[in-house]
Amino acid sequence: MLRVVGRRLLHAAVLVLAVSAACFVLAELVPGDFLAPARLDPRASAESLEALRARYGLDRPLHQRYLSWLGSVLRGEMGHSLAYGVPVAPLVLGRAGNTLLLSVPATALAWLLALILGAWGARRPGGWGDRLSLGLGATLQAVPELVLALLALLVAARSGIFPLGGMASLSAGELGFWGRLVDVLRHLALPTLVLALALVPVLLRHVRAALSEALEQSFVHAARGHGVGELRLLLTYALPAAAPPLLALFGLSAGTLLSGSLVVEVVMSWPGLGPLLLDAVFARDLHVIVGATLLSGLLLVAGNLLADLLLYAVDPRLRRPGATP
Amino acid sequence: MSGRRPALAWPVAVLAFLHLIALGADVVAPYDPAEQTRELIWAPPTKLHLVDAAGRWHLRPFVYRWRPADGAPGRYVEDTSRIFPLRLWSGEAGTRRLLGVEPPARLHLLGTDGLGRDQLSRLVHGARTSLFAGLGAALLAVAAGLLLGTLAGYFGGWLDDLLMRGSELAMALPALYLLLAARAFLPLELGPAAAWGLIVVLLGLLGWPPAARLVRGVVLAARRRGYVGAARGFGASHVYLLRRHLLPPALAVGLTQLVLLVPQMILAEVTLSFLGLGVSEPTPSWGSMLVPLTSYPVLAAHGWAFLPALPLVLTVLSYHQLASAGRQRLRRTA
Repeated sequence: MLRVVGRRLLHAAVLVLAVSAACFVLAELVPGDFLAPARLDPRASAESLEALRARYGLDRPLHQRYLSWLGSVLRGEMGHSLAYGVPVAPLVLGRAGNTLLLSVPATALAWLLALILGAWGARRPGGWGDRLSLGLGATLQAVPELVLALLALLVAARSGIFPLGGMASLSAGELGFWGRLVDVLRHLALPTLVLALALVPVLLRHVRAALSEALEQSFVHAARGHGVGELRLLLTYALPAAAPPLLALFGLSAGTLLSGSLVVEVVMSWPGLGPLLLDAVFARDLHVIVGATLLSGLLLVAGNLLADLLLYAVDPRLRRPGATP
Repeated sequence: MSGRRPALAWPVAVLAFLHLIALGADVVAPYDPAEQTRELIWAPPTKLHLVDAAGRWHLRPFVYRWRPADGAPGRYVEDTSRIFPLRLWSGEAGTRRLLGVEPPARLHLLGTDGLGRDQLSRLVHGARTSLFAGLGAALLAVAAGLLLGTLAGYFGGWLDDLLMRGSELAMALPALYLLLAARAFLPLELGPAAAWGLIVVLLGLLGWPPAARLVRGVVLAARRRGYVGAARGFGASHVYLLRRHLLPPALAVGLTQLVLLVPQMILAEVTLSFLGLGVSEPTPSWGSMLVPLTSYPVLAAHGWAFLPALPLVLTVLSYHQLASAGRQRLRRTA
């Protein structure tokens, strides 16, 4: 087990080094940098541009810049944003908090929907419940997240019940605690729904497959023969048997909490990690790009580790010496 | 699994239809996708009529001209003073179009956009950008996956280790973040053709790991088969073994991967173009056509601006159906 944890940690370290090094080298190779728009400005003199370059540290050679970035990672700053003029770590972490505020409820809702629909479908394969949940899954899978988010905007624009994107109303500052809470929840409703609906098809397919396989096992038939009720059969007999692949999937979906909502965030102007990265891409704010990418990548590695650990916890076969995880 | 076979005919027909339209965009599109009509900003879809204002029936469908509504800026009403019959294969030689009407009337079956460009023409030309970007990127990814996966599975050793660790590293990053980060370090302003090529190559290069890992598994399994050992015992060369015994099963896996990858790649191109990092204006893409839908006036007043999203949904649906039908048929033959 320790070996698995160790391997994932090593993986994370290699990821940080390889991705950051690749980003720095690529940024060096390609023309244009953060000051490119300023250079087009006729009012900016060559001297002041040089001074800005020196202040931002863009005049130093590549390896020096990379080493100083690594130093700032060790100090917990993750570099410095040129566009925002602040260290990257607090900036990225604050935005990541907003993303989690959106993605955690959405992922929870998606799992709830997938478990209910999947169980309903697996109970009677080929029945109308099964057909309904399969049809819903296929439909949702065909509608891209982008289109779904735009449709949600349409609903917001036409109905007027929900705000048109953003995280808080302009007047939010004047509201009391409860007023602000209700305001954020109202802004949260549509993006959460869109993200959850986009996540459902994949989860639903796995839940249905795992549960219908578990329900075919002979011990389930035996329990049914002994008169165990349908609900108990599902919850205490089939669900534990179906758990291993679902827990692995749960770990993976926890790993995408930061990275899975980029499109929804951009379309519905949710101030999360996605729009931050997009702005940084347009502005060539190198440290923010590296920081946002690495943070979401690290959470993905952590999600894989969580999947391993959960599997290890529920599957006694893996705990036997000599078993390969 | 239910015993019914998923249909194969309709997804093939739909995809063939869409690709044919994309190929023939120059003829199918009623207008040049970049042509702007400043008098018709966000004009609603042109209606086809059979009965004119006086109640007379016409055999040939016809349209009326849009004219600005009195006292309501941005709204249009039909000018029923003159009818313009629909023409098939009209226009001068060399610039003939499948459908058209006589000027000064204009045929905008899906309406116009904020610059007065014909949405249908942009959609048809955008199909060229988006459909073939997806196809090209998926082909590239599967080709790279086949090559690297076969090498890793057949030769093993340090090459295998290197390639598999590399693919793990590439898959450890969220795909869209990786794509945006990679796109960040490529020139932002590019000609349409260069930008299109760049996106295809980028998507193709980032998409190889899953295909490579699957192919490696298949080659690894096939290499242990008795007939491969026998052929090797008879002195078969690496090239012969790969071509005769290992590539065929790997190709089948590659084909299913291809069908699964194409819709993902199309969506990736659409997303990039939507975010403003793809093919630039005036070249249309299905992604950039969705950008106006984020503005309140369009959402509130021009609901038909959503029509360009329909072919995208239809394409994704058809590819998914094709993938599940193909999987079922391969399983049966295996």
